[in-house]
Amino acid sequence: MIKAVMMMNTQGKPRLAKFYDFLPVEKQQELIRSVFSVLSSRPENVSNFLEIDSLFGPDSRLVYKHYATLYFVLVFDGSENELAMLDLIQVLVETLDKCFSNVCELDIVFNYSKMHTVLDEIVFGGQVLETRSDEIMKAVEEISKLEAASNSISLVPKSVSGWRGGR
Amino acid sequence: MEQLKTIGRELAMGSQGGFGQSKEFLDLVKSIGEARSKAEEDRIVLSEIDILKRKLLEPDIPKRKMKEYIIRLVYIEMLGHDASFGYIHAVKMTHDDNLLLKRTGYLAVTLFLNEDHDLIILIVNTIQKDLRSDNYLVVCAALNAICRLINEETIPAVLPQVVDLLNHQKEAVRKKAIMALHRFHRKSPSSVSHLISNFRKRLCDNDPGVMGATLCPLFDLITEDVSSYKDLVSSFVSILKQVTERRLPKSYDYHQMPAPFIQIKLLKIMALLGCGDKSASEIMYMVLGDLFRKCDSSTNIGNAILYECIRCISCIIPSPKLLEAAADAISKFLKSDSHNLKYMGIDGLGRLIKISPDIAEQHQLAVIDCLEDPDDTLKRKTFELLYKMTKSSNVEVIVDRMTDYMISINDNHYKTEIASRCVELAEQFAPSNQWFIQIMNKVFEHAGDLVNIKVAHNLMRLIAEGFGEDDDDADSKLRLSAVESYLQIMSEPKLPSLFLQVISWVLGEYGTADGKYSASYISGKLCDVADAYSSDETVKGYAVSALMKIYAFEIAFGRKVDVLPECQSLIEELLASHSTDLQQRAYELQALLALDARAVESILPLDASCEDIEVDKDLSFLNGYIQQAIESGAQPYISERERSCMLETTDYHSRDHHEVPSHALRFEAYERPKPSSLPTQASTELVPVPEPSYYSEAHQPISTSSVSERESSEIKLRLDGVKQKWGRPSYQSSTSASSTPPQAANGTSSHPDVGVGSSSLKPRSSYESKKPEIDPEKQRLAASLFGGSSSSRSDRKSSSGGHKPAKGTASKPPKENPIPVQPPPDLLDFGEPTATSVTATDPFKELEGLMDSSSQDGGSTDVMGVLYSDAAPVTTTTSVDSLLSELSDSSKGNPDTYQSQTSKGPNSKEALEKDALVRQMGVNPTSQNPTLFKDLLG
Repeated sequence: MIKAVMMMNTQGKPRLAKFYDFLPVEKQQELIRSVFSVLSSRPENVSNFLEIDSLFGPDSRLVYKHYATLYFVLVFDGSENELAMLDLIQVLVETLDKCFSNVCELDIVFNYSKMHTVLDEIVFGGQVLETRSDEIMKAVEEISKLEAASNSISLVPKSVSGWRGGR
Repeated sequence: MEQLKTIGRELAMGSQGGFGQSKEFLDLVKSIGEARSKAEEDRIVLSEIDILKRKLLEPDIPKRKMKEYIIRLVYIEMLGHDASFGYIHAVKMTHDDNLLLKRTGYLAVTLFLNEDHDLIILIVNTIQKDLRSDNYLVVCAALNAICRLINEETIPAVLPQVVDLLNHQKEAVRKKAIMALHRFHRKSPSSVSHLISNFRKRLCDNDPGVMGATLCPLFDLITEDVSSYKDLVSSFVSILKQVTERRLPKSYDYHQMPAPFIQIKLLKIMALLGCGDKSASEIMYMVLGDLFRKCDSSTNIGNAILYECIRCISCIIPSPKLLEAAADAISKFLKSDSHNLKYMGIDGLGRLIKISPDIAEQHQLAVIDCLEDPDDTLKRKTFELLYKMTKSSNVEVIVDRMTDYMISINDNHYKTEIASRCVELAEQFAPSNQWFIQIMNKVFEHAGDLVNIKVAHNLMRLIAEGFGEDDDDADSKLRLSAVESYLQIMSEPKLPSLFLQVISWVLGEYGTADGKYSASYISGKLCDVADAYSSDETVKGYAVSALMKIYAFEIAFGRKVDVLPECQSLIEELLASHSTDLQQRAYELQALLALDARAVESILPLDASCEDIEVDKDLSFLNGYIQQAIESGAQPYISERERSCMLETTDYHSRDHHEVPSHALRFEAYERPKPSSLPTQASTELVPVPEPSYYSEAHQPISTSSVSERESSEIKLRLDGVKQKWGRPSYQSSTSASSTPPQAANGTSSHPDVGVGSSSLKPRSSYESKKPEIDPEKQRLAASLFGGSSSSRSDRKSSSGGHKPAKGTASKPPKENPIPVQPPPDLLDFGEPTATSVTATDPFKELEGLMDSSSQDGGSTDVMGVLYSDAAPVTTTTSVDSLLSELSDSSKGNPDTYQSQTSKGPNSKEALEKDALVRQMGVNPTSQNPTLFKDLLG
């Protein structure tokens, strides 16, 4: 099972963090910080794997990939394959590249909710759901099309008092 | 492609698309990005929080703005600040009809809340409604939220809808519904235990993606209980075979690999199923062999599959041919330049070494390279491998390396781990006592605060008990060497507390025993310790006790005790200590000094630390006193356990009352008093059923248990009114159905240590002649690590305490190298093992099962469901056959296969014929029946 997906830039600023088991905000921050401190101390041209039992409990591994100014990090347990997880990062990046044509750090920051949409299509509740980037793109497009459609309707502002309890 | 790009660009611009953000948000992100310090960032975020708090209080916020605020809240929380003041707005947003807003609400809520949060109760109703939506995107959003927000208590509220969705027409929904069920299973296995057959059913879904998703829950289920899924072995093998033969649609290819993630999951499942099971393993041989041949080792994903194959082989009972293939793959990994592959190679080696211990020998230099690699991850993995291959012949080299590495690192967590491994190896394989003490000293000196206190106690016991042999001379030599080494180390500054405790104890016990060191010398040293570490009370306590022993031995020998002035001042200081423990010890010491030799000898006899002290647990010496008290009218004592038992019996009645399963909260809609609210419902439902009990009726066939529960609570609710709704949550009597039987022993038993006796000299010399430029230093290291492998790991001694010195001289096994005589496996004869297993079952019984199931099913086309349910007796062949036909039977439907499938139940003759045909073909329907796969291929 995948425990967490993180993206952070080379200065340690989190750009996206998703934990598949609930953790309090402070704990999340602590983990992000300590993962970053480990990553930033690693030399170039070494393996993409880390064993980080000390941070995430026994039998947890971490795979990361460094693209330009961003670290992509996946944390998972022994029921996943390290090399395959490395390719999952590849899938994510390829998909983002298609979404944003030459994805860069800014795209990720500015399109926060879309990032989550893409991620949710790939990893679902901690399990790998889809790895075909074309399919992911299709799903994301469909959502954005529908959202855009519903958006134009809702441009007429409604008041908060108009929202009723269970509706 | 071009179109995708433009869409992407459009969305990235952020204005028109559904994902667009406002200027304020962009400004916020930008200013945080430009912040140069954490303090500056915090300042920006805090002011943002102020702004948001104010804005959220404003009346009549337009929804678009609200969505904007919520995204900003999410962003703030990601930066580590509390955004709980806005949670309620996110919850409200999930209720919205607009998909964009709803999704934003769900996103925020899944990131903000945990499953036990109070606000969840406000979302469950929305989730229920959304799960029934006819817009599948809404359904997906709700399913996504379920995974994070539903806990054990709320599972029953959404379970019926999720189960319904397993048959949704959209494969994306089916896939997510399976994942959601899987999540439920992880959270509370008992709540979905009656639905497990659904996973088997979905394994034969028309859509390979759904099938792939089903593998995730099945992997978990099989991990818990292997034996009840053995019947699926050949199904998994045949699916894997079809995947590798590229029978899935081209779109499933990833980097020219057909559905690699499905392959990996399948291999993981096969590893579980084949563990210690010869017949199951044999079914897998062929497909594994194919995989080794076919896998493209030039891509990362190809190597991922190769590695998974190695892992699978190390779990199942492998054939020699497969072992060879795995060894080849490992050597390719190790020779690669990529650190990732080297890592995988080392890992694979560690797994395979359990089965064939001599495999490491050919890779000795590669392993040593990894050990000296700058990559820490790789280094640690290599240490793990070395740990696995330690034996008495190489323990010195390995443990020396480990301790050196332990000293060099700062990461306390790993330091602890490697220190405990050093201790473990040293305890098990120590070639000599001196060496053992030396290693222990090193470990204690550098990681003393990290190792378990038990290790210290073990060491003390070891020194006290000696090595179990009746060789007092050797024991006293050991003690002397320990004392000497400690006296040397003591002068070093800043020793860990635990180590000082050991030192003090040993000095007190044996410091003067040999007569080499005088009592005043040792007691002076002990005083130094107590002075130097005056803040550590435990060490002080040990030191004082040690002093007491030394003086006691002196008195017992009849020598005159002259207490050093520094000792005297130490004792006086401790007499006034705040610690009662230290005070006690000091007073005892003082009292002891005044006693005569005979009394002292009975208090603290010489070298008696191993003698048992009898403790009268029953306090029998008090019996007389008790008797007296009872006679004079006191109550007899009742033990704590008896008292609690009595309480239980008196309390039984009220407890029973509590455990009546009643839900305090009801999640389904309340009955509507008048049909006037019907229009709101009409949008989600196609059939205009006159309301109230529609839902409970609709779900009755799926989960009767939950319905009955609900009905009972319904009655309750009518009686009690609304009050019950906010009542205390009741007990969920969850009888966990998951029982994990002990896993069968790994298949190593079939490979006794026959091939171990190979001469270590030969391969080394041949290696030398090939590569003369190798650093002799490394070669020496390699020789010491891998050479002399004559004594295998199996001669590890199980008892940790009893060491025998000079174990290396044990007689070596005969030099010949008997290869296990096994016939080379006929890899092509795939059908045979299955065929034999099939003939064992009675065909008529089988038929009965089929007939039975079809009659139960009432003639519906879903024969698979019954076939795959646990109850129906199904043999491997039929399940494979029907699986294949089901797989091929896509939505378009091949009339031929469809016909044969639907008529299978009732028409016994045809079924028998078909069965015979299947047996003829084995389970390998490649060329004989191409139409079967037509749809998959197309």
